[in-house]
Amino acid sequence: MSDGLKIELGRRYRFAASHRLHSESLSADENSRVYGKCNNPYGHGHNYVVEISVSGTVDPATGMIANLTELDGFVEREVIEAFDHRSLNEEVPAFREKVPTTENVCIEIYQRVKHFSKAKLERVRVEETANNSFEYAGEELADLRAV
Amino acid sequence: MIYLTRKIEFSASHLYHNPALSAEENKRVFGKCNNPHGHGHNYTLEVTVAGEPDPVTGMVLDLKELKAILEREIIQRMDHRFLNYEVAELKGQIPTCENIAKVIWNLLEPKIVQGRLHKVRLYETPDLFADCYRNGATQA
Repeated sequence: MSDGLKIELGRRYRFAASHRLHSESLSADENSRVYGKCNNPYGHGHNYVVEISVSGTVDPATGMIANLTELDGFVEREVIEAFDHRSLNEEVPAFREKVPTTENVCIEIYQRVKHFSKAKLERVRVEETANNSFEYAGEELADLRAV
Repeated sequence: MIYLTRKIEFSASHLYHNPALSAEENKRVFGKCNNPHGHGHNYTLEVTVAGEPDPVTGMVLDLKELKAILEREIIQRMDHRFLNYEVAELKGQIPTCENIAKVIWNLLEPKIVQGRLHKVRLYETPDLFADCYRNGATQA
């Protein structure tokens, strides 16, 4: 923007899902040591909160970076429907290979939402519980954090 | 560098309507927010100031001072107001979170002389917010 200001729109969504932290490349003992209770073979669940931040030009006709209905529809379709009330390990293809830690959940959501065509995805923040949260801004994050 | 954040709340009403669009288009683009009688929110504003602590006081800026600026510039201007009709800075703009955040930035930036304004985050609801900061600034 010519005034040198950047505006971002932030939106929070929720889903509930189960997961199990288990790596095929570790032994049973190592899995138990590394993941503790999260290695329980039956899995366990969380109420996840997903915070999406997008940037772009504020359209003077609408006052908006992106129409909320369109952003909500996209995230609902691409993320919430795929994750909500699911077993992340069993039902989200990305987690057949990768351990569904919230770090990886964050990256997977970023990969999905970056295809939203009406605004630029800036970052994804996922709260696994009220006390744990993870943030991913693509590969530029390391550079930003280093400043 | 220290980033200091102060939070305030204000309640206000607004509506979204662009006179250049037809009634039908307004309805389609803005949905329920186009209700001509308006509706309201409890807004939460987080203002982040960046700076180095003063060696004598240990402060980036005096919080009492920041509180007074926020009271004067934001609360008195926006609290319990109809944003479309009563806030001059928003005249001719749709009072979305994005536009209000930018108006708040422009009101506060010249008033904050100890440290510098780093970020404005305005929550319209706990699930919807806008951030305003200088291009190139780190998101802290």
